[in-house]
Amino acid sequence: MTDAAVNQALNADPVLAATPENRVWKKFKRHKSAMVGGFLVAFFVIIALAAPILPIPDPSATDWGAVRKAPSWAHWMGTDEIGRDVMSRMIWGAQASLLAGVMSVGIALMLGVPLGIVAGYFGGWTDAVISRCTEALLAAPFLILAIALAAFLGPSLTNAMIAIGISATPIFIRLTRGQVINVKSEDYVDSALAIGLPTPKILSRYILPNVLPPILVQATLTIATAIIAEASLSFLGLGQQPPAPSWGSMLNTAKNFLNQAPWMAMWPGISIFLVVLGFNLLGDGLRDALDPREH
Amino acid sequence: MLSFLFRRILIALPTILLISIFVFALQKILPGDPLLVLAGEERDPETLAFLREKYRLNDPIWMQYLAWVGNALQGDLGISLRTNQPVTELMAQKLPVTIQLAVMSMIFALVIGIPAGILSAVKKGTATDYVANIVALSGLSIPNFWLGIMLILLVSVKWQLLPASGYVPLSEDFWLSIKTMLMPSFVLGTALAATLMRHTRSSMLTVLSADYVRTARAKGLVERVVILKHALRNALTPIVTLTALLFGELVAGAVLTEQIFTIPGFGKLVVDAVFNRDYAVVQGIVLVTAVGFIFMNLFADAMYYVLNPRLRGQ
Repeated sequence: MTDAAVNQALNADPVLAATPENRVWKKFKRHKSAMVGGFLVAFFVIIALAAPILPIPDPSATDWGAVRKAPSWAHWMGTDEIGRDVMSRMIWGAQASLLAGVMSVGIALMLGVPLGIVAGYFGGWTDAVISRCTEALLAAPFLILAIALAAFLGPSLTNAMIAIGISATPIFIRLTRGQVINVKSEDYVDSALAIGLPTPKILSRYILPNVLPPILVQATLTIATAIIAEASLSFLGLGQQPPAPSWGSMLNTAKNFLNQAPWMAMWPGISIFLVVLGFNLLGDGLRDALDPREH
Repeated sequence: MLSFLFRRILIALPTILLISIFVFALQKILPGDPLLVLAGEERDPETLAFLREKYRLNDPIWMQYLAWVGNALQGDLGISLRTNQPVTELMAQKLPVTIQLAVMSMIFALVIGIPAGILSAVKKGTATDYVANIVALSGLSIPNFWLGIMLILLVSVKWQLLPASGYVPLSEDFWLSIKTMLMPSFVLGTALAATLMRHTRSSMLTVLSADYVRTARAKGLVERVVILKHALRNALTPIVTLTALLFGELVAGAVLTEQIFTIPGFGKLVVDAVFNRDYAVVQGIVLVTAVGFIFMNLFADAMYYVLNPRLRGQ
């Protein structure tokens, strides 16, 4: 193929003609499911952020005249066992859920990525020590570890986030380490070394940006896992403490009123499902969009 | 084979050592003095001093650790504060219950996940593939404790088909035992089925584009034979490994499933222990599940080695 023909072919394909950032976005848009995921996530984020200004009742306000009322015009999602508005609690619960998902993954990233970079880049003993610790942490099942940590730290939303964050850290250490090992033998790292750049600069300017895409994908998918984990901990009574609203603890209460008030169990479950599905779809879509091999 | 296994066990040893250190450290991050719980209301200084001596809390921390590991190696993981039973004995009682749940869940997972994965790979890009993928992703996104609650509502409360909770030992009444465990294992199994389906699909897709599958087709074999005999056999190797690795998810899932269906297993034990501040039991369970997981890893490696003759020459 001549240069002109190549250029023509490139221009004909909207994905190939774009700049790298644009290309990722265009590929992402091609995946309908990823867009659906993005919308789901955006929807819950907006609702969670808007909670204080939405015209909804106080999530903790009880109304003994309206206990366990089915969904109606006054209470779109019904009321709970002490007459609180379920929709208001759902909306405020979205805040707790998303916060827990994002914060715990943030903790995992902050601990995992630097450790992974150090292990992968320096190798040797540093790598051996970090890797063995990672394997040991990975050996304990995710939720068991989170439950044990939450139990020892004491039940609260903050401690649940810390527990989930620490439990998710080994995933990021392992992933980052593998990526760094791939990247560090690239020519551009050799040339950075050759011109005598200091190690911290090489790590932050050359290694980090190039290992970031798969970490971003994993982070998105781990938010989904973390949201389920937080709901599980709250369901067990180890997360958000009542009366503060959380989807997991709402489900825990709801299971005692299944017969009389099934809606109390419906909404939190559906919401967890939709928000987790959103992050899963988004993560899958990002993976395809960021994968340079697949056009 | 033996030398391969021996090497793997050698690599696993430091990991097990580290796990024991982590688990031991858990009790040290505990705020407050656990002995105050043991000593009861009076907090008699003499009792405290006696307990301190008994649990070697006056020794340097590394000696405490060595004593703890020494006991653990002899099967002594301490005494449950709540029931005064040895932790090992408690776990041995609950283990068969969780094993039954795990085995039945795994059967559900394999029976649903693998055929669905094959089907969606063979019919790649069709409506079948699309639907299978959506179902699998939904399976991954549904919190399984919610699925459990909804099934209880539908199957037990509305239709009254299956018992909503409880546990009957297999030895007592075989069919009733299976019946009671059916719903919990379905709930736990579907979550794993989704993971298995996704991996079977991608493994099958890789294999289906291999040369030997093209050759098999070229020599005119029936498509069914090509897929089941030539493709599936090769695609299954990573799946067998994955199945062993799902052990961790199985144990974690069991915690919630047992909680919802009030099954007196391992998972219920850990949750009850957490709420009763029965830390020896929590530690024991984390240690045992982690070591169990490492052995499942070893088993997965061994299976991979057995199933993949190409590795044997190395």
